[in-house]
Amino acid sequence: MSLEPSESRKMPRTLPKSNTGIRGLDEITAGGLPSGRPTLICGEAGSGKTLFSMEFLVHGATQYDEPGVFVAFEEKAEELAINVASLGFDLNQLQRDGLIRIDHVHIERSEIEETGEYNLDGLFIRLAYAIDSIGAKRVVLDTIESLFAGLTNQAVLRAELRRLFEWLKEKQVTTIITGEKGEASLTRQGLEEYVSDCVILLDHRVENKISTRILRIVKYRGSVHGTNEYPFLIDEDGISVLPVTSLQLNHAVSSERLSSGIPALDKMLAGEGFYKASSILVSGTAGTGKTSIAGSFIDKSCKDGVRAIYFAFEESPYQIIRNMRSINIDLQAHIDNGLLMFSASRPTFNGLEMHLLKIMKLIEQFRPNVIVLDPISNLITVGSNSEVKNLLTRLIDFLQSQQITVMFTALALNDNKTEQTDEGVSSLVDVWILVRDIESNGERNRGLYVMKSRGMKHSNQVREFVITDEGLKLVEVFLGPEGVLTGSARETQQLLEKTSEAIRDHALSRKDREIERKRLVLESKIATLKEEFESLQEELNKSYVEDDLKKSIMENNRQELTRKRDDLL
Amino acid sequence: MEEVKEEVKEEVWELRLYVAGKTARSVAALANLKKYCEEHLKDKYVIEVIDLLVQPQLAEGDQILAIPTLVKKVPEPIRKIIGDLSNEEKVLVGLNIRAAK
Repeated sequence: MSLEPSESRKMPRTLPKSNTGIRGLDEITAGGLPSGRPTLICGEAGSGKTLFSMEFLVHGATQYDEPGVFVAFEEKAEELAINVASLGFDLNQLQRDGLIRIDHVHIERSEIEETGEYNLDGLFIRLAYAIDSIGAKRVVLDTIESLFAGLTNQAVLRAELRRLFEWLKEKQVTTIITGEKGEASLTRQGLEEYVSDCVILLDHRVENKISTRILRIVKYRGSVHGTNEYPFLIDEDGISVLPVTSLQLNHAVSSERLSSGIPALDKMLAGEGFYKASSILVSGTAGTGKTSIAGSFIDKSCKDGVRAIYFAFEESPYQIIRNMRSINIDLQAHIDNGLLMFSASRPTFNGLEMHLLKIMKLIEQFRPNVIVLDPISNLITVGSNSEVKNLLTRLIDFLQSQQITVMFTALALNDNKTEQTDEGVSSLVDVWILVRDIESNGERNRGLYVMKSRGMKHSNQVREFVITDEGLKLVEVFLGPEGVLTGSARETQQLLEKTSEAIRDHALSRKDREIERKRLVLESKIATLKEEFESLQEELNKSYVEDDLKKSIMENNRQELTRKRDDLL
Repeated sequence: MEEVKEEVKEEVWELRLYVAGKTARSVAALANLKKYCEEHLKDKYVIEVIDLLVQPQLAEGDQILAIPTLVKKVPEPIRKIIGDLSNEEKVLVGLNIRAAK
């Protein structure tokens, strides 16, 4: 008895803990339940107390090499074995292997008469015998409060329980005591007074006709622990708790990029697409192609060999696969390759927490790099705005810590003023792509633009977005005299421009021909002039020669004359 | 162990007293029990004292929690009387001796 307090003082480090092996719980409690001490699990009927303690025991026996004793005050050993068989626990085999011992303590009120002083040494001896027979390190007392129904002397009972818990501590066994929730206190008999080391409350809440299981650590002496209410799930794998409220804004970030599957959209996002592990919101009014954008993102990712999960809240997988095929996206091939997984459920099927839990569980199993939630708007039917926002915040946090890229689609209300999505998540996401109907001239066209994109230069353009047989395309921006044109207006403008181009071409060629002609005329004129000049030159040259000739003849003549005169002399 | 005689077939009270060591309480319980039996069930009873410190494995069979516990297996119905048996009235009712008398 005196061992316990001195022990905790002796240890300069932390309280030793025993892993529960219950998914998520060991994270919240930073290692499990306090070793060698009693822990009280309280909750209403059906809140999962027995299952919780059984998991603690079985995991201890099978995973942590700590055999355990289950003292059942309510159920018989066979009943227990059947109850937990659905979780894959073979209690009978475990008992034969000496890893678990089940002791059914049964008190039949009508058989018992009390007279005079007594104590509960019988129970102590039974427990000690059971513990020693298999070398147990873990003990479960489920539900010890039944003693109060069987025995009337409350004073003795209380004193004995106190002694029992002290004795268990001395025995150095990690104990779980379960207790039924009382009206004003945690347990009907105020067991929390005796078990002061660790108290865990299991709750079962029904809101909007949807039930959510909640776990809360009321108290954990000597240890830090999460104090929030954590939703938990009981399914074929037993209990899993969601430690998602560990809101830490210190995720590693990546500057790797992921293509959106629409080349033109990537170009709008600084040319390369989304950052890895970012969150992308695609919002828009009904029928604007949100699912198609999500589909092509998934398709592109899977083609690049990235694992992906598609969470559908509106359509069935087959429906989505069929519809995507119409725009030349074959999701079935990715499913066959084992790269893509579909998870479809109606939002109303579960509470919000349960959805989150299921999403996280699937993620942990499948380990995707990319997920799509389509659409998150429907979740609002099962929770209030702030709850949905809360859920998505936690989901985004979780995904970022896991380096998973997520794309949400959301239905925006059809008013162009606010642009706000119902869920108010637009502030949380990294990239927000808005798809909108542009209504003019009696037709609706889709316009897509990037509202925000953290950490990159993004286009400010509204681009027309068309869904074709070959997939999604963003049409080149078409600026007409009155601004950006879409749909048939764009086509008209395109035609008009084509016409005028043809006309201009035509005009151009006519001018060209004229010039050519002029050139020819001029060239021939130049040739004529040249010839004229040459004949003139020749003429001139001719007179020169004649003059020279004349001159030389005259000179000759004169010399002749002179000589003749000399001769005469 | 001495079953006896006459009338409505010998009814023998098979009594088991569970104790844990020789505590004052268990000694008192045994003394009380013997006294009542001698008075009311002369030669019609068997008392078996089981010390759970010696044979802890026997506690489970009779669903023993409290010490001391007196278990009457025969005659039916099974009854358990817990405590030091200081209240004679209650013990006698519990053992169906009052009715038998």
